[in-house]
Amino acid sequence: MSSAFQDAFSSKFRLSRRGCNCGQHASQAAHDAALVPTVAQSADGQLRRVIEGAVMRALFPVDAERRNFLRAVGATTASAALGALFPIATATDAFAQGGAIEKKDLKIGFIPITCATPIIMASPMGFYAKQGLNVEVIKTAGWAVIRDKAINKEYDAAHMLAPMPLAISLGIGSNPIPYTMPAVENINGQAITLANKHKERRDPKSWKGFKFAVPFDFSMHNYLLRYYLAEHGLDPDTDVQIRSVPPPEMVANLRADNIDGFLGPDPFNQRAVFDGVGFIHILSKELWDGHPCCAFAASREFVTTMPNTYVALLKAIIEATVFASKAENRKPIATAIAPANYLNQPETVLEQILTGTYADGLGQVKRDPNRVNFDPIPWDSFAIWILTQMKRWGQLKGDIDYKAVADQIYLATDARKLMREMGLTVPEATTKTFSVMGKPFDATRPNEYIASFAIKRT
Amino acid sequence: MHSWPLQARASLVSMLILVVLGLAWHIGVNTGGGTGQANIDPEYAKLIGAAANTGKSAMPGPLDVLAKIGQHLKEPFYDRGPNDKGIGIQLAYSIGRVLLGYGIAVLVAIPLGFLIGMSPLMNRALDPFIQIMKPVSPLAWMPLALYTIKDSAISSIFVIFICSLWPMLVNTAFGVSSVRKEWLNVARTLEVGSVRRAFTVILPAAAPTILTGMRISIGIAWLVIVAAEMLVGGTGIGYFVWNEWNNLSITNVITSIIVIGLVGMILDQMLARVAKLVTYPE
Repeated sequence: MSSAFQDAFSSKFRLSRRGCNCGQHASQAAHDAALVPTVAQSADGQLRRVIEGAVMRALFPVDAERRNFLRAVGATTASAALGALFPIATATDAFAQGGAIEKKDLKIGFIPITCATPIIMASPMGFYAKQGLNVEVIKTAGWAVIRDKAINKEYDAAHMLAPMPLAISLGIGSNPIPYTMPAVENINGQAITLANKHKERRDPKSWKGFKFAVPFDFSMHNYLLRYYLAEHGLDPDTDVQIRSVPPPEMVANLRADNIDGFLGPDPFNQRAVFDGVGFIHILSKELWDGHPCCAFAASREFVTTMPNTYVALLKAIIEATVFASKAENRKPIATAIAPANYLNQPETVLEQILTGTYADGLGQVKRDPNRVNFDPIPWDSFAIWILTQMKRWGQLKGDIDYKAVADQIYLATDARKLMREMGLTVPEATTKTFSVMGKPFDATRPNEYIASFAIKRT
Repeated sequence: MHSWPLQARASLVSMLILVVLGLAWHIGVNTGGGTGQANIDPEYAKLIGAAANTGKSAMPGPLDVLAKIGQHLKEPFYDRGPNDKGIGIQLAYSIGRVLLGYGIAVLVAIPLGFLIGMSPLMNRALDPFIQIMKPVSPLAWMPLALYTIKDSAISSIFVIFICSLWPMLVNTAFGVSSVRKEWLNVARTLEVGSVRRAFTVILPAAAPTILTGMRISIGIAWLVIVAAEMLVGGTGIGYFVWNEWNNLSITNVITSIIVIGLVGMILDQMLARVAKLVTYPE
């Protein structure tokens, strides 16, 4: 599959792995990336080339043989000969017809937080329209409501927290419904915010009796906060209180002295600083650099019954996510998503979050361009880590096949395939390794990982 | 002064109270804080809001709220996408939901109330159910409604229905059962049929009590729709409040409080007019 979209008609294609087939780029990926603007101009031409390539490959499965054939007759002749032998035009049509979008008018639910940036901005910035979709993005009051509306099919797809598709599919906290997570939205971008009165109590060991808010039980926020507290010797179930509060209500609760702090999504960390209610204690990036947070989720039913809509939608999301990952695009994005129809926040707050030049609430201006970033690939190891934490805190009981569950729900293969098809750079590796607070995670040994923690509910 | 009618004097006192409250609010907001923090890094100051910067209260004054109301009145029906509509459109959504849920409740509660009121057996048999269901907060039905009905718009209408049902049901049953025995006996002596008796004797006699129940219900329905829409979101005045809370815009929240109060008053007054039409001197 990995070479499906390389040019099967080029006899110059090097068989060695190094460099690209024209020799001017460091890798084939760089070569493809350079070609994108010209290829993208003619989608039909691209489709024809892809199909011709597939036929060519089917006829000459061995790369060396194909090269010899092409060298002998020339690419144009080969293409013409192939056209005579095999009705490529028909095949192209059939594929294009199969590519017709089943449902153009879609509704996608989102929670008004910067994590949803790609899902939201794709509407005002035209990424959905480019794929021929007419998407309405609907603001939703909380995670339980977004889950219910997604399950009730009021939404065709939704912005969810990365653990939610796992929880919904496994039937934790709701009836089991096969769900999928085709793309991650953002990585990093969360923080622990504390009330101003705790300015002197920066050591987590002194936080006994604190009341914390997280957005939802099945959230990276909950798992990261628990992890952070446990690493500092606090039992998150008995030493502190952790309650789930919808993100928009966190600042209001912090102001009302109802909670001592929260591990929440932006813009509410920055909003607490902006309103003089709290300060940013630590960015989630400092716990695990590159952790997933929010995701684009759809039911398995949607993916299987409307495959073309799904592909078009995922393409729009991936393109928006990659666009959002570029530092130079962050300011226009902040302007696009600030109005009342989307996040309904002061533009300066969003700009601080997205550009990473922000006031920390303690009188300092900090600069961290990776405060939040966007990366669409839903790595299996992310899912497995989340499952280990669900197990660690007693949400998930009994044994499961971590790898199989992760494969079923986190559709990393689809995302990688589409990214390659769209000419985006895709990382070579098929697994992602990471460490959380300095402790490396081995996705192949989840049970040992859980066992290695002192504080757990198993 | 003493020659003024009572109504005019009452209006004058109302105006005075309003002016005093407004002034107290204005003064309360504009004093306190406002000293500003010295030696603050100008780059840092640019990144934080006025409330954090100067220590000024984030609470808006009455003039801010008036300006906001003026702004909403100038453009009540704008539509800037699915999540940003004018306050007029939001109110229309909420009133529509209330009238629909309330209308269905009227259709169910009044006939059922008649049945319960006219039959001592049904009265006793249904009483335990009514007593248990009546005190349940209508919002407690919301998760169940979302789960079974599988549609958030219909769920909020259902919640309105269920909350406006009980006061009407109980009042209708009470009104019907306490129609004076003499009147029923007169009707019996004149050999009036049961259908005719229901419409010409019992209905007019029970109408004031029924209308009281309907008035209580519309008040509750209007209270509940705001909470229901805050919970489910999407459209309506409750969603508007939630969206502005989200933005911590107290000015808009106060504006919507005033608007919600006004609309509730209008709904109540409409039913009060109808109630006046059906009252009779004993």
